[in-house]
Amino acid sequence: MAVLRPAGEFDTSYAYDMASIRRRWQWVLLAISIVALYTLPLYANRSTVALVNRIGIAIISVQGLNLLIGYTGQISLGQAAFMMVGGYISALLVGNLGLSIVIALPAAGLGAGLVGLFFGLPSLRVKGFYLAMATLAAQFIIPWFLRHAFPDILNETQGLIVEVPVLLGIRFGDPNSFLMLTATVLLITTVVAHNIARSRLGRAFVAIRDNDLAAELLGVNLFRYKLIAFFLAAVYAGLAGALSAHYFRHINSETFNLGDSIILLGMLVVGGLGTSLGPFLGAIVVQLLIEGATVLAPAFVQLFPGSEGHAVQAFKPLFFGLTLMLFLILEPRGLAHRWQIIKASWRLRPFSF
Amino acid sequence: MNWQLVPQFGIAGLLAGGPIALIALGIVLIYKATYIFNFAQGQLLLLGALFTWFFALELGWPIGISIVLALVLAALLGLLIERFALRPMTGQPIFAIVLMTLGLAQFLQGVALLLFGGTQRNFPHLFSIENPYRISMPFYFNGNQITVILKQNLVWSFVVAILAVVLIGAFFQFSRTGLAMRATSEDHELAQSVGLRIRRIFGASWAMAAMVATVAGVLLATSSGLDMSLSLVVLSAFATVLLGGLDSIPGTIVGGLIIGASIGLTKASTVPLIRDMSEIMPYIVLLVVLLIRPEGIFGQRRIERI
Repeated sequence: MAVLRPAGEFDTSYAYDMASIRRRWQWVLLAISIVALYTLPLYANRSTVALVNRIGIAIISVQGLNLLIGYTGQISLGQAAFMMVGGYISALLVGNLGLSIVIALPAAGLGAGLVGLFFGLPSLRVKGFYLAMATLAAQFIIPWFLRHAFPDILNETQGLIVEVPVLLGIRFGDPNSFLMLTATVLLITTVVAHNIARSRLGRAFVAIRDNDLAAELLGVNLFRYKLIAFFLAAVYAGLAGALSAHYFRHINSETFNLGDSIILLGMLVVGGLGTSLGPFLGAIVVQLLIEGATVLAPAFVQLFPGSEGHAVQAFKPLFFGLTLMLFLILEPRGLAHRWQIIKASWRLRPFSF
Repeated sequence: MNWQLVPQFGIAGLLAGGPIALIALGIVLIYKATYIFNFAQGQLLLLGALFTWFFALELGWPIGISIVLALVLAALLGLLIERFALRPMTGQPIFAIVLMTLGLAQFLQGVALLLFGGTQRNFPHLFSIENPYRISMPFYFNGNQITVILKQNLVWSFVVAILAVVLIGAFFQFSRTGLAMRATSEDHELAQSVGLRIRRIFGASWAMAAMVATVAGVLLATSSGLDMSLSLVVLSAFATVLLGGLDSIPGTIVGGLIIGASIGLTKASTVPLIRDMSEIMPYIVLLVVLLIRPEGIFGQRRIERI
């Protein structure tokens, strides 16, 4: 996308040319938003904070998916399965070995990343929906493996009760305190993802996405970069899964299913593929939509008596599927693209194009 | 391996592969004409079975008429989906189209839940559930002759499913419309330039796929009952499609039989871990196929150019 700079703003140094945050007011805005995020529990009620936690966790996972799909162009239907791997690793490290969350979280990411590496191997041979199939297989084989390989450690019949993580004497046991954890991880993953995307690595990813054969001829090592993309996506999934496990304090082999993988994909599409902003917008909109569906359902039941019971269940896939389809038809580049257009038209005002 | 059980589970699995082949056929039909892999085939199957259930049990109409009406409704649904969901996606990248059918799957699942509710329901028996067939095998195990017991609905579902696949295969091979469809699947622009109406062919493919899914749905519902999880059967059909080849109709039969038999045979194992593996067997086959021969047994290998 063409970089559209406001009038009168010139890149006077290389550092300024490369800067993501360019103006002083942008720094101020960023600082205010971060402070607002961390102090949210002071002025928002508990359910809002809980919602922000869930959205934050979703954003982290979608960011990983964005690196894989949005930048590298490799389809994955198995993101939720990698979240499960991360969730189990962190739950076991904190619960059984008593390790600190500072060690458990990176370990969860790394473990999930290694599993992701394995299921990324077919990407070297196949692409398109063949690859979608291979990752779909991951979505079913990983839970099965966890269910049957270690039934004793993972306590598969009831699932695993996950310990509350403790750090520096703070117990992250309720949504309010857990937000500190989610927000910190989210900040780190955002900075890392944004900078990967505009580095040498990110440019190699984009080259593979745009045409993998051409990229290979130009000297991009497909083997290496596709696997790095799968690894990174799974690391992000592992982090998100670990946070999710500690947040809900329960995990079993059905916690992260195919439906969750598809919702994560939907968030990415609604937000916008291949942008840093996309995962934020998409996760917020889709999560609100899904929560909205559960709020709307009782009203629907009042309008149409006789649909009790299943309206609530039905609204979630109905709304989500419809949103995804409408976005794919009407705005396939997502909300981030729409935001770019709004920004551009504001800068070019009064000339509307 | 529990050798005494191998013939029983192997043959039962092989027969269960019939309906799987029929589901796979629906996916292949759409792929051949439009290059779209339809992830929503399971939901088409579910809706087809639910339509039949609605006419037959809720309204109390004869089962034959109910099935015909359900087929008509399914064909309409297929046409609607093609017109409003997939046609706007023409020329979009594969990722968008994959997501479109995934979104469609979610949407249709929601529609099915909203219209019919998520309860487990009875389905009329098309085939007698008593008097299973007993076939004595011409070989012995520990001095006992092995007898395979097969439920009637298993056998007849297999026969109907294979018949349907063969019929549609013949339709593709010998009819004018079939010829047009095959031409379209070679190259959209070329087909259009010789005067084929490819939009109509796309619509016809979706309608046929939805009807095939309805038949498969009825066959599965009559042997195992009807609830929302029926749409999950499609997951083993994905493996079948890739194994047989995405654009091959005979491939669906071969793939279905191999997947069915491999699921059946894992159930005959004496090791509990392998016995439990039957639920992910399709995916293991799928991964092996993708690594060894991604185009499947009968599929066409396509060469890519920059």
